[in-house]
Amino acid sequence: MRGNLAKAFELTNTQVFRRAALPKSCTDLLGRKLFLFLLTVQGLGAFALITLGVVLRKSGVAKNVIRPRIRQEIARAGVALLPMFFFVALALGFLVVGQTVSALAKVGAINYLGSTMVIVVVRELGPLLAAMLVLARVGTANVIELGTARAMGEVEALEALGIDPVHYLIMPRVIGMALGVFALTVYLIIGALGSGYLFAFLQDVPLTPGDYFKQIVESLGWLDFALLALKTIAFGFFIAIVTCYHGLAQPLRLEEVSRVAVRAVTQGVIVCVLIDALFIVLYLLT
Amino acid sequence: MSENPNIPAIEMRGVNVAAMRDASFIVVEDVNWSVAAGEFWVIAGQEHSGKSDLLMLAAGLMPPANGSYKLLGTDTKDFGEAELAEQQRVGFVFQGGNLFNQLTIAENVALPLCYQKNLAPDEAAPEAKALLALMDLAPLADVTPANVAANWRQRAALARALILKPEILLLDNPLAGFGARHSHWWLRFLDQLSRGHGRFGGKPMTIVVTADDLRPWQNARRKFALLRDKKFIPLGSWNEVETVNDPVVKELLAVPVELAS
Repeated sequence: MRGNLAKAFELTNTQVFRRAALPKSCTDLLGRKLFLFLLTVQGLGAFALITLGVVLRKSGVAKNVIRPRIRQEIARAGVALLPMFFFVALALGFLVVGQTVSALAKVGAINYLGSTMVIVVVRELGPLLAAMLVLARVGTANVIELGTARAMGEVEALEALGIDPVHYLIMPRVIGMALGVFALTVYLIIGALGSGYLFAFLQDVPLTPGDYFKQIVESLGWLDFALLALKTIAFGFFIAIVTCYHGLAQPLRLEEVSRVAVRAVTQGVIVCVLIDALFIVLYLLT
Repeated sequence: MSENPNIPAIEMRGVNVAAMRDASFIVVEDVNWSVAAGEFWVIAGQEHSGKSDLLMLAAGLMPPANGSYKLLGTDTKDFGEAELAEQQRVGFVFQGGNLFNQLTIAENVALPLCYQKNLAPDEAAPEAKALLALMDLAPLADVTPANVAANWRQRAALARALILKPEILLLDNPLAGFGARHSHWWLRFLDQLSRGHGRFGGKPMTIVVTADDLRPWQNARRKFALLRDKKFIPLGSWNEVETVNDPVVKELLAVPVELAS
């Protein structure tokens, strides 16, 4: 309730630092940046844990209100982006798969095609590209919507009506984005692998569709499916957390909304890259 | 908490009120204020005197910076999930309405009922429609707030606050910027609520409003207080307000002030 948002934000009053005059020495500036970074990490961590707590505790509360909102968010972060993902899948297939297949065929290394595709498209490019596109299309909209709602006093209005803003505003976005990124990544990978073969076929690469897909299937293990699901859900969850946090953190003035949107997208990219790095370590360890 | 009429609806002891936007800045100090069930209070003050912050604290939207505040007998410092029922006994109308811009007027009004009682929109619609009709808002039911004039948005906010049938109604400067027609409607309707409106169980509702102009609120049944220089000053009834020799009160009553020559 009242405490949920306050708890996360009272920990991290970064506005004090952001609005203060610039320090004169470089070391002071570096110190301030480091301090801001640590405060942001602390705030994001607290916000992520609070949101996770609300998702687990309140999954059955006000179902008639929350479930349509979750469906709406899945449509926004998933279904509505399908045409764009179809285009990106074609482009990815052409840029990466088509050229790789062709290059491998030229050096007689076509047998490595499956494992190369799995590493490049399934493990790395597919999930990361899907996350970046969702961040750009839906994450920015999240920050602007929530920032405007905050500036217009809608969050206080929710609290006055006894409605937990984290439950009503954040939870549907988190679930919608997590499922959206996961589903879109699957479509993107399938589309890219399919269109990649098409472009390779057009270049007269001596590879039958059966051989192409057989190599890919043989290179995929159960771990790839499990980590792909975990990674994309983590991407969606943290993109939603970062963008919602910045949209709702501190009472905003309307003129601050665009600046906060830029900051949220930058941090969203950093968080996604860090998650990706973590999963690379996991792949290497297993 | 309990339905005991002897428990004050609002009870503040030595309360310091922080600004909603900056918790480190105290806007009102040492508030000692008790509101009995069924009373109608008007808190007057100039701009930025802390009226809205005091009202938000009274609604339990923020804790006191100092002192103790009991809302319907429950200390708001401990307000959390368990005290949600107490929160629902308080209706709050923001200045300007603070409606949800993505929803229509009817959806705005129905939202608290749908959320708190877990009702589908169709199930909450009859209650919302009845309230909209009571506020003369029926023709605007399917319009979004951005396309509605400010005075109708404020009425929609009142309907939204009343749909859960609260015992206490807090209104932040409800007459700000209104013409005579709308001001008259609000004063008449709030008076009906204060005496006990049939639609809301007939029980007198405890009402607290803030105002930057005291004149429309002239009524012997109402109690008045003033916010000035970070102080909460109870003034008493209207008769006492008229006799107060305070320049701020005179200003809020729009009494001509003699200018120094």
